Amino acid sequence: MKAFTDIVCPTPKGLYCPPGDFYIDPTRPSPRAVVTHGHSDHARAGHGSVLATKETLAIMGARYGADFTPSQQAARYGEKHRIGDATVWLSPAGHVLGSAQAVIEAHGRRIVVSGDYKRRPDPTCAPFEPVPCDVFITEATFGLPVFRHPDDGKEVAKALHMLDVFPERCVLIGAYALGKAQRIIKLLRQGGYDAPVYIHGAMEKLCALYESLGVELGDLRLTKDAVKGEMMSKIVIAPPSALGDRWSRRLPEPVNAFASGWMRVRARARQGGIELPLVISDHADWDELTGTLLELSPQEVWVTHGREEPLVHWAGLNGLKARPLNLAGYDEEDGEGPRGDNLKSAEDAAGEPA
Amino acid sequence: MNRFAELLDRLSYTPGRNDKLALIVDYFRHVPDPDRGYALAAMTGTLDFRHAKPAMIRGLIEERTDPALFRWSRDYVGDTAETIALMWPVRRGVNRVPDLSEIVEELDRTSKLDMPGRIAGWLDALDENGRWALLKLITGAMRIGVSARLAKQALAQYGNLDVAEVEEVWHGLAPPYLDLFAWADGLAARPEHGALAPFRPVMLSHPVEEADFARMDPADYRAEWKWDGIRVQAVSEGGVKRLYSRTGEDISGAFPDLIEAMHFEAAIDGELLVVRDGSVAPFSDLQQRLNRKTVGKKQLFEFPAGLRVYDLLVEDGEDLRPLPFDERRARLEAWVAAQGEPRIGLSPLIPFTNFDDLTDLRGHAEAESIEGVMLKRGDSPYLAGRPKGYWWKWKRDPFLVDAVLLYAQRGSGRRSSFYSDYTFGVWKDGALVPVGKAYFGFTDDELKLLDRFVRDNTVNSFGPVREVTHEPDKGLVLEVAFEGLQRSSRHKSGVAMRFPRINRIRWDKPPREADELALLEKMLE
Repeated sequence: MKAFTDIVCPTPKGLYCPPGDFYIDPTRPSPRAVVTHGHSDHARAGHGSVLATKETLAIMGARYGADFTPSQQAARYGEKHRIGDATVWLSPAGHVLGSAQAVIEAHGRRIVVSGDYKRRPDPTCAPFEPVPCDVFITEATFGLPVFRHPDDGKEVAKALHMLDVFPERCVLIGAYALGKAQRIIKLLRQGGYDAPVYIHGAMEKLCALYESLGVELGDLRLTKDAVKGEMMSKIVIAPPSALGDRWSRRLPEPVNAFASGWMRVRARARQGGIELPLVISDHADWDELTGTLLELSPQEVWVTHGREEPLVHWAGLNGLKARPLNLAGYDEEDGEGPRGDNLKSAEDAAGEPA
Repeated sequence: MNRFAELLDRLSYTPGRNDKLALIVDYFRHVPDPDRGYALAAMTGTLDFRHAKPAMIRGLIEERTDPALFRWSRDYVGDTAETIALMWPVRRGVNRVPDLSEIVEELDRTSKLDMPGRIAGWLDALDENGRWALLKLITGAMRIGVSARLAKQALAQYGNLDVAEVEEVWHGLAPPYLDLFAWADGLAARPEHGALAPFRPVMLSHPVEEADFARMDPADYRAEWKWDGIRVQAVSEGGVKRLYSRTGEDISGAFPDLIEAMHFEAAIDGELLVVRDGSVAPFSDLQQRLNRKTVGKKQLFEFPAGLRVYDLLVEDGEDLRPLPFDERRARLEAWVAAQGEPRIGLSPLIPFTNFDDLTDLRGHAEAESIEGVMLKRGDSPYLAGRPKGYWWKWKRDPFLVDAVLLYAQRGSGRRSSFYSDYTFGVWKDGALVPVGKAYFGFTDDELKLLDRFVRDNTVNSFGPVREVTHEPDKGLVLEVAFEGLQRSSRHKSGVAMRFPRINRIRWDKPPREADELALLEKMLE
């Protein structure tokens, strides 16, 4: 009988599957890659070949140019692909448009690499589908019991309430350009908000891509084409690094908001000078993480990026065999602090001249 | 409770005063009685729950969570109440959210024995934010940056009232302030305070400028020292004795020594100071007595409180406020003499014939406890607020020092795209040591230039802080004005400035010509 680590094992480049000779979300250029979703810490350019959903491939193309890899292989959810001695298929992860769990079968065993995931409904992507398995590899971004994300509709309603209280200001929401921004726009629309939503230039391409893939976002306008006065009492969405950046001086007295699971912790919001924290995340919260582990009850749980230790501890208390993987190279949510602390210069990243 | 929790949440993140006012007014507008009245009570610090203490709440969470998970969580969040609010286990089906008024009334009624169960029941019914607000309410550590004064201001704005009038009636009223809101809503007349020893809104002054003197006849004016203490009102009527801050907050609890010395039937206006053997101690001594709810024996002994009185508002039930200053002053002098109480001294008038006499006195007032001179018209009645033309404050020229900009930090709220908080230093043994931080004193246009300078001369970034070039020939010199200096063990330089602000930007001056720490040390002597 082969060990589970003969099927998938952690390496410095990411998770590797020896029987199929491929990496999952490799952090460095690799001959063959399976990519779970389009966020840049998971989907990098320069691999020999990439298997991913059609949406993920389109996102990579939009970000890196059509030639980000010589060989693209689009996989539908549930469609089996033979790679070497392994079979690979993708199942929805509910994280962002096109996101998938990678299901790997070899030697009569099944290992599921969840990638990043969440369990609550998201109007911009297919919901997570649990796949029974022997080993479930879970993320642990919000692996502490203090992280319980509230109803996202109520969070968005807070932003709309601020428009009423401060009619002469705009609400500037910092949101990651892929996934979070479109989800917020869609939530606003679902809540009956049909006024124009103003977006930063860095959002333009991905919003257009989402629309071309069937996610309608309504009346979007670019801040650079707008005059200050027309944005009063309106929602503006920009990458987190643009908050408090010189770029924001073109806006009417913005109320700085930031949409992230980290906003649950007050000290974190205050450090970033955030006036309106919106607890909206594309990652599973504590209840979703623990609920998923109980639901799947795999023989083993492997825990990657985030707060591994508490989740492993919890699994032990609940009779699950778990261990941390300590993979390097994956960012915490969105890869950006409220002020883009890890960016050399906020202006460089904003993608629009100040 | 949800609306109240949302209000606290919003206030805790909103830096601007006007924005805070807008949030509170919005709350008063949308939330009915008696909840809004209890919210006002919570914000003005009028609620006190004896039986609910932090240790008890900690016990509640320990019964319900794994200790290791709690420890990891507490370490991550950094605040115990917040950690409890966030990780409190959800109980499905318990969803009747209690009203704020229900919580306040029950907290007051519930015995110590029943308290843990009652609080646990509410925590079960509330969400994260509601639990956080409940714990803040119970433990009294709100930290939302709202003073009692600001909350009263919001009520005044909501009801289109004069805040001085709100302050005047305040001390006769109790939560949930139904009659106050009825007045604000225009449904009832201004509430009559039946209470003894109420607060009377104080009269404030304007800063005097060079140009004003041309229109002022010295013969019309009386001069007094402007003491570097805090303005208070001491009221004793029918056995009720109270000490109020200038915004009408009751601070009696922290000054039992003064309260005991009040054997009179009057309301007086004066300066609260630390007075030892008849002489006034510096402000840093008074600070040992401020912002406390109660006071220990040691403080009472080492930092004895005293009053320098300068106005008499009510004497034996007679309201003197409509009388001219000179008449009140004569009554005041006789009154103080009759007191024979060492803690209550008269703030003397300074004789002068023309204003130039005062410039001299002003410049040479050696005492550390004098900020400048007050000029009051002899015919001025005592009026609430800041009426024009009666009282002037003439501050001593500030101290100035040329310092070098070392670090800049981004501001908050509307200033969040600007580097607007500046840390500056002076020379010591050929190196620059930080001596203070200032974030005002410049115009909007100067702020833009300073921000530009910071961005163009950054040598290091630490999160929101930037280190700026500061070499002998490259860097920026700021002329910093401040009101006084204190020794401080918390600052590397050993000194701390009072009220520092940017007086001028010395674009013309190279850092090598900035001042030495020795200059500041000399000022301390």
